[in-house]
Amino acid sequence: MSATTAGHGAIDDGIQAVAPDWTDGKRYAWLLGLVVPMIPFIAWGLVELTGLDVFWWFGPAFIFGVMPLLDQLGGNDTSNPPEAVIKWLENDHYYRWCTYLFIPIQYAATIFAAYMFASGDLSTIAAIGLAVSLGTTNGIAIANAHELGHKRESVEKWLARIALAPSLYGHFMIEHNRGHHVRVSTPEDPASSRMGESFYRFLPRTIIGSLTSAWHLEASRLRRAGKSPFTLKNDIINAWALSVVLWGGLLIAFGPGILPYLLIQGVIAFSLLEVVNYIEHYGLLRQKLEDGRYERCRPEHSWNANLVASNVFLYHLQRHSDHHAHPLRRYQVLRHFDDAPNLPTGYAGMIVLAMIPPLYFRVMNRRVVEHYDGDVTKANINPPVRDRYLRKFGGGSKGGSTPSATPSAA
Amino acid sequence: MAKYQCPECGRIYDEDAGDAREGFDPGTKISEFPADWTCPDCGVRDAVDYVKVEEAPAG
Repeated sequence: MSATTAGHGAIDDGIQAVAPDWTDGKRYAWLLGLVVPMIPFIAWGLVELTGLDVFWWFGPAFIFGVMPLLDQLGGNDTSNPPEAVIKWLENDHYYRWCTYLFIPIQYAATIFAAYMFASGDLSTIAAIGLAVSLGTTNGIAIANAHELGHKRESVEKWLARIALAPSLYGHFMIEHNRGHHVRVSTPEDPASSRMGESFYRFLPRTIIGSLTSAWHLEASRLRRAGKSPFTLKNDIINAWALSVVLWGGLLIAFGPGILPYLLIQGVIAFSLLEVVNYIEHYGLLRQKLEDGRYERCRPEHSWNANLVASNVFLYHLQRHSDHHAHPLRRYQVLRHFDDAPNLPTGYAGMIVLAMIPPLYFRVMNRRVVEHYDGDVTKANINPPVRDRYLRKFGGGSKGGSTPSATPSAA
Repeated sequence: MAKYQCPECGRIYDEDAGDAREGFDPGTKISEFPADWTCPDCGVRDAVDYVKVEEAPAG
């Protein structure tokens, strides 16, 4: 299969790929992303330096302390690269190497932590702290895998699987690209949260729904080719095989005693991904067209944040609207849109809110209603609270009906 | 037989060649794709959105 031109996504042709006068203010900032896989090493360094075991918990402190603090200092960044440099910027391999380099450090950190769990030098609390910190690394690694997994290049698709192996989330690449992106911001997507759905209700729905959907997608692809789904050609099975090799290798090298800590870090890692999923499309809904298809995913169907610090650590993941409208765009060229829905703060702060549902609803429900100009019937509302929300937010009079593509009357 | 292209990401489907990975034998028309098939690269566009870019010479 060849891919050449077209569209706004796979910017390939049309614009000359010459080095422009423009310089990328964030060019070297992207190297800061490599701090994330170093979190377990930084934790160790801080413990050595201070003698305080509490620093084994540096991972959560990084997300909930360091990142928000840097966001405060760094402020907002609404700058976009000019159209004329997009192709040149996409083809600059420096940016790719920033994401590739993450992975060897991530693996070094995972092996280092496994060694520490087995060493007997850590108290149970300290070891749990290190497991949570490693989970932070391997959770944010899913953002890195996400960037790589969207690309056509098979080396990047393989690197994505490798980055997902520690968190047992290899099926994410299938479900995310062929499930979530297709059904995003519709009630059919397990990874799009609904208005009035708490994170704790969303979590089992997205974990189970994404897993079963991924399997169905791969099984039907292989069935078309006349193959059984139980083959290494199944991209879920070959991705999971990497997890078996990694986890098996660690258990053989360091003993079965590290298993509880590996499990803790895995659960933390994929829960971190899922809480970010929870935030990214909360309550947003693509309307159905007359032919029964959903309207195409547009910038208005994702929540965004423009805080420069957290965007650098997450490879512009918070510029989520442009990503969903044009999923093949590389992170360095993702754009800010003035009129796309904006979160009140970055993902780090939103994660804290998500863990306290009444607070999250208080902050976000109002924004969903505002986004739909007061017409709550246009939102993706959790069915059990639908009637209550229609009364509470007083949108339209068509209680219970699925919003259709009628012209916005509001 | 013709070639079609995804208007979002530029992926090409060539009816003559088919697409082994997707399970389409050579000669499979894009109109014969399952209704729920979406572009495997971008996930933004469906089979009906693919644009004809080249009519293959008869043969």
